[in-house]
Amino acid sequence: MVNNLLTMKNITKEYFGNKVLNNINLEIAKGEIHALIGENGAGKSTLMNILFGMPVISSTGGYQGTIEIAGEPVHINTPHAAMAHGIGMVHQEFMLIPGFTITENIKLNREITKENIVSRIFGKQYESLDINKMNADARTALDKMEMGIEEFTLVAGLPVGHMQFIEIAREIDKTGLKILVFDEPTAVLTESETQNLLSAIKKLATSGIGIIFISHRLDEIMQVSDRVTILRDGELVVTMNTKDTNTHEIAQLMIGRKVSFERNETKNRTLSNDTMLKLKNFVVRMPGEDVKGVDLEVKKGEIVGIGGLAGQGKLGIANGIMGIYPAKGEVLFEGKPLKMNDPKGSITAGLGFVSEDRRGIGLLLESSIELNTVFTCMQIKNSFLKRVGPIKFKDTKKIRAHTKRMIKELDIRCTSSEQRVGSLSGGNQQKVCLARALTQEPKLLLVSEPTRGIDVGAKRLVLDHMKKLNEEQGITIVMTSSELAELRSICDRIAIICDGKVEGILPPDASDADFGLMMSGSKRTNTEQGAIHNV
Amino acid sequence: MSESVAERHTADASAKKIGLPTIIIGIFFLIVLIAALIIRLPMPVLISDLLRRFGMNGLLVLAMVPSIQSGTGPNFALPIGIVCGLLTIVSGIEFGLVGIWLILFACIAGTALAIAAGYLYGKLLNSIKGAEMMIATYTGFSIVALMSLVWLMVPFASKKMGWLMGTGLRETIQLDAVGADSIINKFLMFTIFGIKVPTGLLLVFFVFCILMWLFFKTKTGIAIMAGGINPRYAQASGLNTDKYRIIANIISTVLAALGIILFSQSYGYAQLYLAPLNMAFPAVAAILIGGATASRASVSNVIIGVFLFQGLLTTSMPVANQLFIGTDLSEIIRMVIQNGIILYALTQVKGVAKQ
Amino acid sequence: MKNSRIILSGKTKNMLADNMVPIIFIAFTLLGFAVARGVPMSFFLTELSGRFYRNGFLVLSLIIPVVAGLGLNFGIVVGAMSAQLALIIVRYFFIEGFGGLLLCFAISTPIAAFFGYLTGKLYNKTRGQEMIASLIVGFFANGIYQFLLLFAVGVIIPVPATHPMIKTDGVGVRMTVDMGSLKYSLESVLEVSFVWAVLVVSILYLAYMLCKYLRAKQMPLAVSGGKYSFVGMAALVLCIAISLISIITNNSLMTVKRIPVLTIALIAMLAVFTKLIMKTKLGQDFRSIGQSQHIAQTNGIDVDKTRIIAVIISTVLAAWGQLIYLQNMGTLNTYGAHNQIGMFSVAALLVGGASVSKATVKHAFAGTLLFNSMFIMSPEIGQALFGQAILGEYFRTFMVYGVIGLALGLYVWNANRKAGLTLDPDTVETRTSI
Repeated sequence: MVNNLLTMKNITKEYFGNKVLNNINLEIAKGEIHALIGENGAGKSTLMNILFGMPVISSTGGYQGTIEIAGEPVHINTPHAAMAHGIGMVHQEFMLIPGFTITENIKLNREITKENIVSRIFGKQYESLDINKMNADARTALDKMEMGIEEFTLVAGLPVGHMQFIEIAREIDKTGLKILVFDEPTAVLTESETQNLLSAIKKLATSGIGIIFISHRLDEIMQVSDRVTILRDGELVVTMNTKDTNTHEIAQLMIGRKVSFERNETKNRTLSNDTMLKLKNFVVRMPGEDVKGVDLEVKKGEIVGIGGLAGQGKLGIANGIMGIYPAKGEVLFEGKPLKMNDPKGSITAGLGFVSEDRRGIGLLLESSIELNTVFTCMQIKNSFLKRVGPIKFKDTKKIRAHTKRMIKELDIRCTSSEQRVGSLSGGNQQKVCLARALTQEPKLLLVSEPTRGIDVGAKRLVLDHMKKLNEEQGITIVMTSSELAELRSICDRIAIICDGKVEGILPPDASDADFGLMMSGSKRTNTEQGAIHNV
Repeated sequence: MSESVAERHTADASAKKIGLPTIIIGIFFLIVLIAALIIRLPMPVLISDLLRRFGMNGLLVLAMVPSIQSGTGPNFALPIGIVCGLLTIVSGIEFGLVGIWLILFACIAGTALAIAAGYLYGKLLNSIKGAEMMIATYTGFSIVALMSLVWLMVPFASKKMGWLMGTGLRETIQLDAVGADSIINKFLMFTIFGIKVPTGLLLVFFVFCILMWLFFKTKTGIAIMAGGINPRYAQASGLNTDKYRIIANIISTVLAALGIILFSQSYGYAQLYLAPLNMAFPAVAAILIGGATASRASVSNVIIGVFLFQGLLTTSMPVANQLFIGTDLSEIIRMVIQNGIILYALTQVKGVAKQ
Repeated sequence: MKNSRIILSGKTKNMLADNMVPIIFIAFTLLGFAVARGVPMSFFLTELSGRFYRNGFLVLSLIIPVVAGLGLNFGIVVGAMSAQLALIIVRYFFIEGFGGLLLCFAISTPIAAFFGYLTGKLYNKTRGQEMIASLIVGFFANGIYQFLLLFAVGVIIPVPATHPMIKTDGVGVRMTVDMGSLKYSLESVLEVSFVWAVLVVSILYLAYMLCKYLRAKQMPLAVSGGKYSFVGMAALVLCIAISLISIITNNSLMTVKRIPVLTIALIAMLAVFTKLIMKTKLGQDFRSIGQSQHIAQTNGIDVDKTRIIAVIISTVLAAWGQLIYLQNMGTLNTYGAHNQIGMFSVAALLVGGASVSKATVKHAFAGTLLFNSMFIMSPEIGQALFGQAILGEYFRTFMVYGVIGLALGLYVWNANRKAGLTLDPDTVETRTSI
């Protein structure tokens, strides 16, 4: 126990009655590299937020359990307190000011100052900066990382690998750093930069700092960590020594068996051999979800799932096809090439889209259900309009009749078809999005994160309805989701996206370990070739 | 879940209620009206004046609706349209047109000119998204200053507009000399209880209000509105939002041109040079008082806003003059209310924190 | 070899584009000299130097908000009004002379600080729209100011109608307030001949530069702007030569108005202050929040408070600047003196090459000189080319608005272009709004 730098005991956290962490125990020893792994929503970030005293925790009712640092129970309620206790973090997004020098960034808000005449009268804020001392400190920190770069270089224009190191140098420079958290540090690095970083982390550990290493890359975890803790759905699955396990086991434990939706086998479906949609070397520039060259084929009448961890690019695919984010590559829809970056073209070609960003681009929250349902169709296909001379007015009667039908069909719970969409519940908003897409009578429906932010009952309804659409109306569906269980419950096959590419395609009944390995990108070498066409 | 839905419903209801600024200005207006009654100001004169100013400012405020709805914010570049209107008025006079023909010519030519100017202005706005209000203000200012040079140098020969000596146009051009003073106001004008009702003026204003209201029921109007509320939604629906922003600002500029023609004939003078410089601000203030925000506006906001703001200004002047002799309190009231309401609206804009 | 030349020409092209506005202004002034033959150098220098003493301080007061990321603070008119209130209070009690001026400084400081605090609060509530808010807040404050001086004085605050500052009916302050011996109270403390001043300053500065150059030469790997310092030295030598000739021949340059040493000293002190504060912890915080509010916040800097401090400093400095301006003017135009201050100062700063996010002392000085050159020359050009001086006046109004509009427009346009998403650096295709 005395050896432990950090002990988190029985940590439990609820958000509005929803348990997101349940009785988590975590111990970090001096000089240990402790890997933390889990799917999105497994509770990693909540746990780290608690450790850092982020306001989001205290403002939602705090947490239960105790935190001890070097055996002393501590109470961390602000990020400032966390820093004072020697907890540092290397952010996934860089917290560096490009217009500042390396020194200025390392010393941001921790500048070394010296007194001058003015400051004696007006106070500490007017003390002059001691640039020489600051440079010296920065130099020391950089030297520890074996970085030869000059400390007075501007950060703007440096390669990302360097920026990552500067972030680390900033943490090292903080006096009394005991524990350093790395949140997906290698996500933006190249292969060689990654290797440099990993060896730097190892070196840091030997100097006695405890390191929490959050990553989804199993190879890296195997390479660098001493112990690994796996979280799943807010529960701690296991903590074990890295040398006693292997990637296969970790992957399986990470996915685990969830409360899965049962899969009713389908009746009278006509799976055709015609290709509906074909992507070839498809690239999309969507910040945080870049797609870096995807090849994928969708057959007429099937339901294809797209899965993968957050930030790997799965969401970019549908957005790219719909022209919402800049894209390039070859997209064949029903054998005809689809023009890139042209939302109107994609809609007219017969593609419907239910966006993952429901409140951002999926809905006009301030407008009525009616308008939301028919808007796209009215604008693109000139339906629901009546002409008075050259002027096209909206045809309220037709719109209302159609919307009422949709409300009934999708079971949207509302007071009237004129109700403001923003006042509906999440599930019903999602149904309005679906209604809008269906009003366009699409041949292919792209649905992204259809169950995000809606309750369990509504989830089931939305999934069932999609299945019904597929079975009864023969609409081909491409469903993108972070929830594997959901994909496995209705999809015919599931493409897993990792690092902007198709890592592989699996049938819904493939093993947990297979999914886990693919999602963490550990299977690339042996599946790269075969998986894409191999269904 | 039902709780949160109920909560949203109440939020819904309160959003539909009359906004705080409207209520405050409304109460203020009432107090001034009561004061006017107490000090026995001649009400018919006051109300006649109010109606006239309500009508003559109406179109300039209505010009705010399309630009706000399209997401470019209140049209602080209103002077662009205004100088278009002024240019066609003086051109008409130079061509020797008088009376209703002058007004008709000015309206038609002004519309054509404003369409061109509005198109260019819309293009400009599309390239500086995010700072529309600031740049619009300075575009308006620059155009007014540039046009001052034009007024000074234009080789017009009409004696009705020139200085006694030297080239260039006078600062104010009398319209009764060309038979266009109050020509629209006088159309079907009648007097009831001593109140002069400028039927033609009000008719023109209300016709444009109805047209605007109808416009936002058309396909294009709905597209503009959607692009204004949520540009990414509109783009994802396959709309070219830039195009609709341009259309909206063309309409706004045209309304400004027509608005100043209506304003000038009612006022009796066409005011050139730096007169249009600050004309956008009272118009912006009026629609905000009517309950609009920097991103949402309707025709009813225009009618309520112009009525309250102009009403307050018309009545407060004689009242203040009676109570505190010698002070021009109404100008001070205008400045404080006008700029106070704009500042209030700016605090409601969801600012994008600088990166 | 070939490559380097291409890079160089690219650089000059960039420099031209970046300094478009200053170049236009220099060209315009030169054009003025070319067409309006009647403008003697001594008149021009008298006018220019006089305007520099008047406006320099005000333009400098804009720098700190720019560095702190608030953009161009049109709200310095609030500071100007605070100064005028202080001046009116002081003059109400007939306080005169240099002591009276010092009292003005003392009274205006808390008033300006208070209103600066309120303005800063407002800017924090209108984040992202600070500049338009600063413009409107000036108009708004003008209404309050007029309410105070036209109405409150006399109706709420009793004043004797016989007081020379109060209107004859006993309500409100007159349109103009006589400043008595506050006029030139700063200037008259010590004045030296313009040419002699140029001579002395040039020699001192040249000596300083030479020292620096020699010391740099001794050090290997010296990082200095070699070529530029030579140009600078040559210019100084030229200045020395011209002033020597003037002194010997006693030509028209000797008639240029004498330099008010104290005013210049105050401007120089503010310049040094602005430079030094950037080297303190507070200055570093200004720079941090100016670069990224988000990153500054996550590193524990109190962004809102720092922004308010920046606005307070700017407002107080503007108040002082307005006092310097007014004591030089000699009379206070009660309801008009402050109106254009914000806009003119901003335009001057922009002309010097500053932008919404970058401003230095150099920009302020160069801008004040260039902008006022244009101001002096445009009526002359109007007169010479079109026979109408008024044309030049409208032209300079146009230049003020145009310069601000253009500088803001270009800034936002560039920022939007950079923020747009591209597929890769090679594709030209950009989409700004998504």
